Amino acid sequence: MGELRLMKGNEVIAEAAIRCGCDAYFGYPITPQSEVMETLMDREPWDETGMVVLQAESEIASIHMIYGAAASGKKVITSSSSPGISLMAEGISYIAGAELPCVIVNVQRGGPGLGTIQPSQADYFQSTKGGGHGDYRLIVLAPSSVQEMNDFVELGFQLAFKYRNPAMILTDGVIGQMMEKVVLAEYIPRLTDEEINEKYGSWATNGRKANRQRNIITSLEMDSGRMEKNNIRLQEKYTKMEEEEVLFEEFSCEDADYLLVAFGSSSRICQKAVDLAREKGIKVGLLRPITLFPFPKKPIAALAKQVKGMLVVEMNAGQMVEDVQLAAGCAIPVKHFGRMGGIIPSPGEVVEALEQKLIGG
Amino acid sequence: MTEEIIIAGFGGQGVLSMGKILAYSGVMADQEVSWFPSYGPEMRGGTANVTVILSENRISSPVLNEYDTAIILNQQSMDKFEGMVKPGGVLIYDPNGIIHPPKRTDINIYKIEGTLIAAELGNVKTFNMVVLGAYLKAKPVVKMESVEKGLQKSLPTRHHYLIPMNLEAVQKGFESLELVQAV
Repeated sequence: MGELRLMKGNEVIAEAAIRCGCDAYFGYPITPQSEVMETLMDREPWDETGMVVLQAESEIASIHMIYGAAASGKKVITSSSSPGISLMAEGISYIAGAELPCVIVNVQRGGPGLGTIQPSQADYFQSTKGGGHGDYRLIVLAPSSVQEMNDFVELGFQLAFKYRNPAMILTDGVIGQMMEKVVLAEYIPRLTDEEINEKYGSWATNGRKANRQRNIITSLEMDSGRMEKNNIRLQEKYTKMEEEEVLFEEFSCEDADYLLVAFGSSSRICQKAVDLAREKGIKVGLLRPITLFPFPKKPIAALAKQVKGMLVVEMNAGQMVEDVQLAAGCAIPVKHFGRMGGIIPSPGEVVEALEQKLIGG
Repeated sequence: MTEEIIIAGFGGQGVLSMGKILAYSGVMADQEVSWFPSYGPEMRGGTANVTVILSENRISSPVLNEYDTAIILNQQSMDKFEGMVKPGGVLIYDPNGIIHPPKRTDINIYKIEGTLIAAELGNVKTFNMVVLGAYLKAKPVVKMESVEKGLQKSLPTRHHYLIPMNLEAVQKGFESLELVQAV
């Protein structure tokens, strides 16, 4: 077993990046995720593993540094919070179009615009449906504990390299700022140039060897026929993710009459709401999507045959609820409860909403 | 056993570090813990608060709307959190700066003269440790040796020479808790 620590979610992202053999972090400070870079700068991993940590001049610069480093087969990560991710959106679309692996962490805060620094989940649409232009998808992982902030860094890289696609860790100010016990990952050594060449030499632009063709990384294709083929290849990749990479967790669903659906920090609040509701004699379960893309459609469709209604709890005006409605179909009511602008719903409010929107109505 | 605590006061009073030392003490006693702070501009001079949960079981929500114990160190926090103590729960406050003492009749209420005691000890910065000691008298959720280990773990080594002074403050607070109302 690894080392047990009490740490903030943001600090754990930094520690996990160092330990998983990350080659570089490029970023720009923004609340509530600034501890990621602060921890990296404090740890000075360049002396320990050779990892590069650089504060860029902006989010736009950071994401393009990520693009460049990822193109050479390096394991690279960046982090920001909502407005910063919007600035990165162009670069993220280019990285997805150029089929490069990387991990992007979004510690969400309330929007729109500059918004607030308090926690929010209002970037669900941005993360799962686009954000940047074009038909691309991100692999989106939603941690609900400080432990998962550790675990999903390496998981994100594994999926990103498997599919040559950017992976996003979509979290928020609650998980980023809270401290919990965490068992840190064991160290994985950084890949050597030879190892990168062996593993990713078929596509990485890490110096052309005499025995192979030139690798070209670009998202540009002037020929529409070829561009459509590129798009079809991307879509096949996303379909494969939907078939093979869905992750979710169920709590007390076996005998449930009603179902809460929530991700990330909201799912923690809902676990408590399940306990409170059950004390009142209401049989409620909770389904927590862990991957937001690919979305767990099948388990939701299955539970739609069992329960009388679903309540989707999110810190936004109703975003994931659309995916839950699509998966559940029209036979049962699927309602939404949310708080916005940095307000965190309490477990008691969730139970009240359940009673008002589903049981009473 | 699960203990859900809110510690609330002014930024600079050591609210967040008191919560942190309590959380570390819980870790040292092999408990599950969560520590969720208010963060942002209110930390710098305005009100600050932290929710700490200690439990033998997996902790669900780190954010709560009612608490087993509220430790209240200014009037704004009294206004906000007095009503959020569970019936039969505990409210501990430092009367210094409190204009309207708590009115609830269904909870246990204690006072700790933390500001005065810290001044008497000769270091006002030990205020939060005095309050921590008082809390541990009302709710012995962790043992004193776990607090000592928690201090060692949460303070950087260069500050370890301060641990005896902090432990003295905890002890003094432990001895100085005054019962106002028991239910």
